[in-house]
Amino acid sequence: MSALFSKIVTLLETEPYRLVVAVVAIVGFVALNAAYLVWVERKGAGRFQRRPGPTEVGPAGLLQPVADGLKLMSKQLILPAGADLTLFRVAPLLVMAPVLMSLAVIPFGQSLAARNLNVGLLMIFALGSINVMALMLGGWASRNKYAVMSAARVVSQNVAYEIPMLLVVVTMAMVSGTMNLNEIVRQQAGAFWHWNLFRVWVNPLMPVTFLIFYICMLEETNRAPFDMAEAESELVAGAYTEYGGMGFGVFFMAEYANIVLGCSLATVLFLGGWQSPFGVLPGVVWFLLKMYFLVFSVVWIRWTFPRTQFYGLLNLSWKILIPVSLFTLVLSAAMLKILRSSL
Amino acid sequence: MIVQETISPSSTGSAPKETFVLNLGPQHPATHGVLRVKMTMDGEYVVRAEPVCGYIHRMQEKMGENRTYAQYLPNTSRIDYLSAMTYTHAWVGVVERAARIEVPPRAEYIRVITSELNRIASHQVWWGAFLLDLGGFTPLLYAFDDREKILDLLEGITGARLTYCYYRFGGLCNDVDEAFLEGTRRFVLEMRPRLKMYRDLVTDNVILRKRLIGIGPISAELCRKYGATGPVLRGSGVAYDVRKVEPYSVYPEFDFEVPTFPEGDSMARYLVRMEEMAQSLRIIEQALDKLPGGPVMAEKVPRVLKLPAGDYCYAVEAARGRFMVRLVSDNKEIPYRVKLRTPCLSNLSLFEEASRGMLLSDALAVLGSLDLVIPDIDR
Repeated sequence: MSALFSKIVTLLETEPYRLVVAVVAIVGFVALNAAYLVWVERKGAGRFQRRPGPTEVGPAGLLQPVADGLKLMSKQLILPAGADLTLFRVAPLLVMAPVLMSLAVIPFGQSLAARNLNVGLLMIFALGSINVMALMLGGWASRNKYAVMSAARVVSQNVAYEIPMLLVVVTMAMVSGTMNLNEIVRQQAGAFWHWNLFRVWVNPLMPVTFLIFYICMLEETNRAPFDMAEAESELVAGAYTEYGGMGFGVFFMAEYANIVLGCSLATVLFLGGWQSPFGVLPGVVWFLLKMYFLVFSVVWIRWTFPRTQFYGLLNLSWKILIPVSLFTLVLSAAMLKILRSSL
Repeated sequence: MIVQETISPSSTGSAPKETFVLNLGPQHPATHGVLRVKMTMDGEYVVRAEPVCGYIHRMQEKMGENRTYAQYLPNTSRIDYLSAMTYTHAWVGVVERAARIEVPPRAEYIRVITSELNRIASHQVWWGAFLLDLGGFTPLLYAFDDREKILDLLEGITGARLTYCYYRFGGLCNDVDEAFLEGTRRFVLEMRPRLKMYRDLVTDNVILRKRLIGIGPISAELCRKYGATGPVLRGSGVAYDVRKVEPYSVYPEFDFEVPTFPEGDSMARYLVRMEEMAQSLRIIEQALDKLPGGPVMAEKVPRVLKLPAGDYCYAVEAARGRFMVRLVSDNKEIPYRVKLRTPCLSNLSLFEEASRGMLLSDALAVLGSLDLVIPDIDR
């Protein structure tokens, strides 16, 4: 029996099968997360607002995502008159695809990554920018004034926030000396003070760097309090205004997939990835624990704060985040130089 | 009425900037009703905002002129459905003034208590909806939690939860019971810590402060130009409150302040309403302590009311400002002319001038801070 099992495992590790397994696993992971993070969001929102949240469908409303999915799928697809039909249809896919591809390089466990790329970090950020493009195209193609305004917002907002995020990532790449995500995690082995978040001897501003990364992540995923693109009380539903049915559903799922990706990356870069702080439980459990804690904090923030102002948002990036992240970059470069020369 | 302008294609050449028209409403999440605002936008900036009213025009004034005084009474609570008590107060007030009906003191005290409860409930709805405009979802549920307690109390004595018809010419429909008085006392005690909690959690929130302070300044002069009243005017530093300036009912017997903030920005209007809730609690507490016994209905109210010919006015301080009924009678069973002066129309009309050159999201914050109830605009 175990011989057969190991045979299957070795077979699955050979190339074409491994690819299939990875694709199925990632799509399944994203679908499950997108569905159940909606449930977490609604339940969480309910609790923050002193109400029970969904309770009707299934025990504790657990089947609610299924019901929502069925409803969205049964809706008629409405194509607005005068819309650019190709772009209108392609935009949801363009939002979803980069996230799925990026998840391929995330190491969920010591040997649990679809692809162990040497330039994993670079790949995620290369693909990450497509997301913005897709939202812009979706907004522009729907030929709706609210959607176009939202598209313009998305672009200026993402330009503003990608800079501090990349500066932070460059800092992390410099500190780690590699762009391989698995290698970055491996360097954080040991107790939790070896995590990059607490490595203050390399860069005393490491917690600040993490905060900048977290804020930029919130912003890149268009989450409250930075949900300028959606901003329902101003722009109705922003870039999604004209989307109905599963077109909207895919945008919605991509939002959660993006949150999962962003939180995974934060876990890998700052919280020691699959490294266990105490040595108990397998690495993948720790990875998921850390990641879902971050995901929960994202939900928490959304239901606690009002939306920021658009120029306030840009001011925050250009006047605070970019200078501070530049400073941390220079500081850690200097610290590394001193540390390495003293060795 | 606002004259609608259409931008002809030929005029675009002479326009200094490329603008577009954004139709905000009649169905839009931020207008809280069927208000339509035609916004000429230059990118995200509002060049001109032109409110288009009339989507829920119900000919309230004409209806008043086709019904007897008693028949029209329930209508008044449907003009501004969030402050139904104060609106019915104005109608019974004007009829009582014309027919010279003496209202027993107990009835007047209960009117004050219920009107002030209604004011708090109305401000709670505004608070929740305003935060919703600003993208904060959670406060709405807390506000409705408090409002629910008020609605339960008022339901106990009036039988209705929103559109009360509790006041009668000469008094009240029925006396209050012990449960109402007890419940109101408990509510006052419970509400004070809640207001403090709202201040700590919401008013002092840095994002909220950034979104409100200095945004949408409305000067006292602008208010005077358009006849804005209520919290909008008091947020511009003018201590005008009908309860103090033209005292009606038994308001002169209570000790309360008229909160004013001179800044005139959205924050000032916000703070005025938050402070007003505390003041209403003070009034309710005093009224409960002083509540006299006796009947709640005047003795000789004729079954068929025929008001002596003349021109009568009665103004009340509703949650949104000065509501006044003007009644012209020609000694018949139905009024000759009914004129309703509603606060929301005046408060909305200054929006065009106040929102000029503002960012869309700021303009919507200002629109929310005016606390509009659309049926009150259109009547």
